Amino acid sequence: MSKAPIKLSVQNITLRFGGITALDDVSFDVYEGEILALIGPNGAGKTSCINSIGGFYRPQSGRIFLDGRDITRLPPYQRAKLGLSRTFQNIALYTNATTLDNLMAARHIHMRSSLIGEMIFWGMAQREEIKHRRVVEEIIDFLEMESIRKSIVGKLGYGLRKRVELGRALALEPTVLLLDEPMAGMNVEEKEDMARFILDIHERRGVTIVLIEHDMGLVMDIAQRIVVLDFGRKIAEGTPQEIRTNQAVINAYLGQAE
Amino acid sequence: MSANIRPSGVFDTSYAQEMRINRTRFDQVLSAGFLGVILALPLLARTGPFGIDIVQPGFLGTVERIAIFMIAVQGLNLLVGYTGQITLGQAAFMAVGAYSTAILLRGGVPFVLAPPIAALFSGFVGLIFGLPSLRVKGFYLAMATLAAQFIIPWLLRNPLAPWTNGANPLPVPRADLLGLEISGLTLYYFLIIMCLLAMLAARNIIRTRTGRAFVSIRDNDVAAELLGINVFAYKLRAFFICAVYAGLAGGLLAIEARSISPDRFDLRNSIELLAMLIVGGAGFSQAPIFGVSLLALLRETLIPSLTPSLQEWLPRLLPFIDAVNINAAIAPIIFGVLMIAFLIIEPRGLAYRWEIFKISWKIRPFSY
Ligand SMILES: Nc1ncnc2c1ncn2[C@@H]1O[C@H](COP(=O)(O)OP(=O)(O)OP(=O)(O)O)[C@@H](O)[C@H]1O
Ligand SMILES: [Mg+2]
Repeated sequence: MSKAPIKLSVQNITLRFGGITALDDVSFDVYEGEILALIGPNGAGKTSCINSIGGFYRPQSGRIFLDGRDITRLPPYQRAKLGLSRTFQNIALYTNATTLDNLMAARHIHMRSSLIGEMIFWGMAQREEIKHRRVVEEIIDFLEMESIRKSIVGKLGYGLRKRVELGRALALEPTVLLLDEPMAGMNVEEKEDMARFILDIHERRGVTIVLIEHDMGLVMDIAQRIVVLDFGRKIAEGTPQEIRTNQAVINAYLGQAE
Repeated sequence: MSANIRPSGVFDTSYAQEMRINRTRFDQVLSAGFLGVILALPLLARTGPFGIDIVQPGFLGTVERIAIFMIAVQGLNLLVGYTGQITLGQAAFMAVGAYSTAILLRGGVPFVLAPPIAALFSGFVGLIFGLPSLRVKGFYLAMATLAAQFIIPWLLRNPLAPWTNGANPLPVPRADLLGLEISGLTLYYFLIIMCLLAMLAARNIIRTRTGRAFVSIRDNDVAAELLGINVFAYKLRAFFICAVYAGLAGGLLAIEARSISPDRFDLRNSIELLAMLIVGGAGFSQAPIFGVSLLALLRETLIPSLTPSLQEWLPRLLPFIDAVNINAAIAPIIFGVLMIAFLIIEPRGLAYRWEIFKISWKIRPFSY
C-alpha cells in the first residue's frame, strides 16, 4: 500500500481559535487510491483538519501539499479545481433547488462556455449543457437517485440529502474526496448503502478518500489506514489491525466513555 | 421550481427539449399570443397605418417605456434576485448609459454603435462600484452602492456639465439606422426587439453556467467556493451584467425621450426600480414583465385616468393635498401602499403567483 505515491500531504498543521488549539502540529500522508479514515473523540479536531485541507480554515502554521504542489495558500475554489472535493458534517446543499440543479452546479469547473456564448445559448452553450447533463445523469444512476432527480432537496429525508451531497461532491470529478461523517444519523440500511457507494467510488472511479466516521465497525471494515486524533494531536496512525490494539487509542476512547 | 410539474402526457425525449424555455404547448401559445398583442398595438392606434382609433398613441409611449425599464429591472434581477447582492445605484448606471449614448450620438457615432458602447462603459463603471462586495454584504453593501447614486449624478450636474448640459436637459439627436429613421413605428418595434433580446439573453444566462454560479452564491457562498466557483469574480460579473443592462436601458431611454436630464436618474428612481423588482418577484425571470408593467401602467395610465374624479373629492378629504398636482401627489402614496402590501402579503412577488397559477392550470383537472 505505501508503495503508492503520496496524493495528499499534511505537514505540521497547527490551527488555533483564540485560546483553543484545534490542531496541534498534525502531520500525515494520504496515498493515492487509498481510503484513509480520520477518527477521534468529539472535538478532537477532525472537521478542523478537513476544513484546513479544503481551505476553509487557515492554519497558523504548517503546509498542505496536493500532488506534490503546495496548496497551503490557495483559496477553496482553486483547490476544487485541482481535484479536491468534500461533503460537510452538517450538509451544505442548495435546499431550494432540485437534486439535478445541485449536481449541475457542481459541473462549473468543467464547463468552458463564455458569457456571450451563454447569452446566445444556441450552439456551444446548449451542447455543453447537454454534455454535462449526461455526466450528471450517470452520477444520479450510480447513486440510485433517479426517483429524486427533480425533488427539491430541502424536502428530502436526512439520509437522501447526505446522498445528494455525495453526488454533488462526485460531480466535480475529484481525485481526492473528503467525507465528513457521511453516515452520521443514518439507520443501518442507509449506512450500508452509503458504505457500498463509498467503496464503489473508490474502486470504480479510483478516487482517494479521506473519511471521518464515528462508527468503529464500519471504519475497520472499509478503511485501509486510520489516523487517530485526540485533543488536536495525532496519537496514532496505522492499519485497522494496529489501531485496534493501540494503547493510546484505547485510552483516548476509554477516557471519553468515562 | 415549476419545471417538475407538468400536465400528464407531456414527456421529454431529449435533454435539449427539456431545457426549452417554453416547455409546454400552454407556455408557447401564451407567449406567442402576448407578443402578438404587443406587436399589433401600434397598428390599432390613430397614428398607425390603418387609422383605427382603439389604442391611445400615448399608450404606445407607455409600452415603450415598459420595454426599456424591463431591461433595467432584469439587470437588477440578475444581481439582486439571482446573485443575492444589492445595489441602490441602478438609476445612476442608467444615467451613465443614457449620457454616454447621447454624447456619442451627438458626436456623430453611428446609431448601431452608440448604445452598445455606452452599455459596456456603464458595465465597467458598475464593476468599480461592485468592488466593495468583496468585503461587505447586505446593508453595508447597499450603503457602498449608494455612493454611485450620489457620485454619478453629481458628476453629471457639475464637473461634466460642458458635455452634459449640467442640470438642464441634454437634447438627443434623432437616430437613424442605415438611412431608416428610428422614430414612431420603427422606434416602437426597435425597442420591443431590444427588450426581447435582453430578456432572452438574461434567460439564457440564468439557465447556464453563469446563472447557476449566481444562484449558488446567493444560496450558500461557502458551498459555492467548494464547487470551484470564484465567488468574488462572479459577484463582479453580476455587477457588470447588471450595469450593462442598466446602461442599455438608459441609452434606449435617451433615444426614446430625445432629451435627458439628471433628475430622471436620482435615488428615487433607483428605489423605484427595486420596487418594480420586488413587486414582480425577485429571482424569477418574468419579474420585470409583471413589476414594470404594473407600476408603469399605474403611474402612466391608471392614476391619470382617475385624476379628474380624484380632483373633486380628495382635497375635501385630505385638505393638505394640492388639487392641481394631484397626479404627482397620489402616485408615491399608491406606490408606498403597494410596496408594503407586497412585502406583507406576497414577498415573492407576482411572478411567483403566476407560476402557482400556471401549475394549477396545467395539472387541472387532476390536482393531486
Ligand atoms: N470555527 C470555530 N471557531 C471556534 N472554535 C472552533 C471552530 N471550529 C472548531 N472549533 C473548536 O475546535 C475543536 C475541534 O473541533 P472539530 O469540529 O474539528 O472537532 P471534530 O473532531 O470534528 O468533532 P466532532 O466529532 O464533534 O465533529 C473543538 O474544541 C471546537 O470547539
Ligand atoms: Mg466534526
